Amino acid sequence: MLQVFEARLFELVTGEIGSELVAGRIVMAISFREEVLEHSWYAIEWWCQRRIFIGNCYVVSLAMKIRRFPEVRSVELKWKPHFADFNLVPDGWGGYFYPWICEMARVYPLLEEIKLKRMVVTDECLELISKSFKNFKVLVLSSCEGFSTDGLAAIAANCRHCCMLFASWNLRELDLRESEVEDLSGHWLSHFPDSCTSLQSLNMSCLASEVNFSALQRLIARSPNLKTLRLNRAVPLEKLSTLLHRAPQLVELGTGAYSAEIRPNVYSNLAEAFSRCKELMGLSGFWDVVPSYLPAIYSVCSRLTSLNLSYATIQSPDVTKIVTQCPNLQSLSVLDYIEDAGLHALSLSCKDLRELRVFPSDPFVADANVSLTEQGLVAVSEGCLKLQSVLYFCRQMSNAALTTIAKNRPNLNCFRLCILEPRAPDYLTLEPLDNGFGAIVDHCKQLQRLSLSGLLTDLVFEYIGNRAKKLEMLSIAFAGDSDMGLHHVLSGCDSLRKLEIRDCPFGDKALLDNVSKLETMRSLWMSSCSVSLGACKRLSQKMPRLNVEVIDEQGDLDSRSDNSPVEKLYVYRTVAGPRLDMPSFIRNMDQNPTCRRYSLEKLFSE
Amino acid sequence: MSVPLEHDYIGLSDASSLERSSESSNISSDNETNNVFNLKATELSLGLPGFSKTCQENATKVGPIFKTGAKRGFSHVNLAGSAKWGLTSGSESVMSKDFNGVFEKNITSSLDVKPVEDKKKGLVNINGSPPPSAKAQVVGWPPIRSFRKNTMANNSSKNGDVAEGNSGSGGCLFVKVSMDGAPYLRKIDLKTYHNYAELSKALEKMFSCFTLGHCTSNGIKGREGLSESNLKDLLHGSECVLTYEDKDGDWMLVGDVPWEMFIDSCKRLRIMKGSEAIGLAPRSTEKCKNMV
Repeated sequence: MLQVFEARLFELVTGEIGSELVAGRIVMAISFREEVLEHSWYAIEWWCQRRIFIGNCYVVSLAMKIRRFPEVRSVELKWKPHFADFNLVPDGWGGYFYPWICEMARVYPLLEEIKLKRMVVTDECLELISKSFKNFKVLVLSSCEGFSTDGLAAIAANCRHCCMLFASWNLRELDLRESEVEDLSGHWLSHFPDSCTSLQSLNMSCLASEVNFSALQRLIARSPNLKTLRLNRAVPLEKLSTLLHRAPQLVELGTGAYSAEIRPNVYSNLAEAFSRCKELMGLSGFWDVVPSYLPAIYSVCSRLTSLNLSYATIQSPDVTKIVTQCPNLQSLSVLDYIEDAGLHALSLSCKDLRELRVFPSDPFVADANVSLTEQGLVAVSEGCLKLQSVLYFCRQMSNAALTTIAKNRPNLNCFRLCILEPRAPDYLTLEPLDNGFGAIVDHCKQLQRLSLSGLLTDLVFEYIGNRAKKLEMLSIAFAGDSDMGLHHVLSGCDSLRKLEIRDCPFGDKALLDNVSKLETMRSLWMSSCSVSLGACKRLSQKMPRLNVEVIDEQGDLDSRSDNSPVEKLYVYRTVAGPRLDMPSFIRNMDQNPTCRRYSLEKLFSE
Repeated sequence: MSVPLEHDYIGLSDASSLERSSESSNISSDNETNNVFNLKATELSLGLPGFSKTCQENATKVGPIFKTGAKRGFSHVNLAGSAKWGLTSGSESVMSKDFNGVFEKNITSSLDVKPVEDKKKGLVNINGSPPPSAKAQVVGWPPIRSFRKNTMANNSSKNGDVAEGNSGSGGCLFVKVSMDGAPYLRKIDLKTYHNYAELSKALEKMFSCFTLGHCTSNGIKGREGLSESNLKDLLHGSECVLTYEDKDGDWMLVGDVPWEMFIDSCKRLRIMKGSEAIGLAPRSTEKCKNMV
């Protein structure tokens, strides 16, 4: 029985690695050196902040099993809801890493990797990491916050106490993707000791401060295994060639600001440096681009599989010129400056394209003077036969275009469309876009992720419920007419794991009619909908294994009537009851919380 | 099943429909109702909550107000009952606690079914004129991460674009606000304010739960140029001092420089309290007198 359960968890977990997750999942990878026959990694999924509740669930014995193997090597924690990326989750929500790291420092001495997403990580956490694990190799902080460059200095310096034991230093990867770092200064980089030669990946693109350039240069020069280097905006273009000369083995490069005065020697140095990078396959960065310097990268274009120009405010001809020189491109991120013409050229040149992301250059104006319409996406869907993943911001869409896209690309597995104006109808017929999205879910039978926008009625949800059987994550905003919309989704989408909804007229009945569905899902987020406080309480009563959290920043939840609507609702399954780090404006609807209080010490002990 | 709710552009839902929905338990497939709410859904409603029919006529007039004030401080929308306008950074869907007949009346009036075509054309241009070039910002929409938003905002300022007012010119400026002694920080978008008065009022409301009643609003209505008094009240009444960290990393007193310069250089805000603040308060009073 236990084996079956574990096998199922393994399947669940490995199916989700790489996608965004919510509800505080811990993936603990344990390395079994001799015992495991098939896999060297055995991933076990734990729910956030579980309590060991003897006899109540199988995970008890799992915990006991883990305890016998204090060889946990890698921990991956993802915490806040996805909508936290868009400021919908208030500060103070939770997700503090500190209690976790305290416990881990105690019981997992061999820990090598920590990967965190959307968590609050303080400098104290980073210091603790730096002191606690002698084999520590990989730190990835994705969309995290709460730490400063002082904490990074501690990580950079951390081998000081262990360099006596080991000849070389361990840190392999420091990746701060899109975290919010309190940037006190660039000095942290200088804390990497001279003995540190093991760095393979460094991503500091989210930092603003200038780092000491010679320290950076020396660090790169003594890191022969450095494959990924993502600089921050403050690294000037004139100095990029110097860095590239010391790291011709780079596979992925994120430039700093891509602008400098037009000087022939700067240009020729840069072009020459790029031409020496024979392994380079991914390029990003490109802030503040001066177009004259773009041809310097032409020598690597033919090899590029990944290109991120989504911060480059260059116009269509310049963008087009680059992308049409990249026949092996698999992943492209651009601004809408590429326009339909550029996308059309892309569809003819980049036949290997798998993923396309088009971001809006000026999302807050009604008319951006950029000629990017639904036609660009249609063109790419026609020409790029391997296209699987789309994120597309635009200002107009039609059912006809969506249907064409669906028929062209039934192999789509991720389709995220954001029409900038909420509730925008089909611009040709002025009808809702129900049929267009209906065609998407009808033709794209492997669709796993879908984000809707535009004018949509309950009908689209009927289509989704009936047809989107592989759909795992659905994002809905400003859509639907009634509870039936939500009911269709909850009752129909068999594979649904994560559902996030904002500003839709979905309410109590659909929620309460589908309570058991919620336990098969990772999480549900609903904000600015029509769910009442009373319904949340009833939901919590019916489903004790769900955490039903009501977020309400007006601060008087206790005195509100059951009829009053809740601002935000977040529901996720748990075996441990309410979490302990909720601020005052979040309430768990569990009426009997004392039965299931827990502590982290318990989690790690028996 | 609940009666379909309408949501206006800024995501405020009509809660009176919610109350009605608890009475009727059948799924409404009433075509007329659906049509009406579909119509409502297609309207580009630029009005504030409680405005429905009137909002279309007033759209162009309401425009500027909507840009600045719609998300916070609905001081001129009169809601009966003790609607507490908890101004928050993360949750801009402000929901009133007690819903009065204002919403009911507006729903009723909107039940006049207009020909579908006309209504929908209204989406394209309201009152025959093109939509305003700058839009009010709905929180979290479009779904773009802060990192990208801030980067693009920096781009436009670097390119020397003249900001068209503080809102709607693109981008936003979220900064952290801390108050000494508060258990957690908040975030606000500086671009949604136009002067120190609005800022101080918003901060006051945001942190009122932490100040044990010391920071009181004198209920000064939005007269122009009252930033001085508001800030003074904030400072005097509560021994709080509002400071900010500028681009050089120095901590400065809020209010010394013109507003535009302030938001250009402000990286984060801190409300100082207690003994640290006492020493500063008298000096800041003098500064207040010089504030525009």
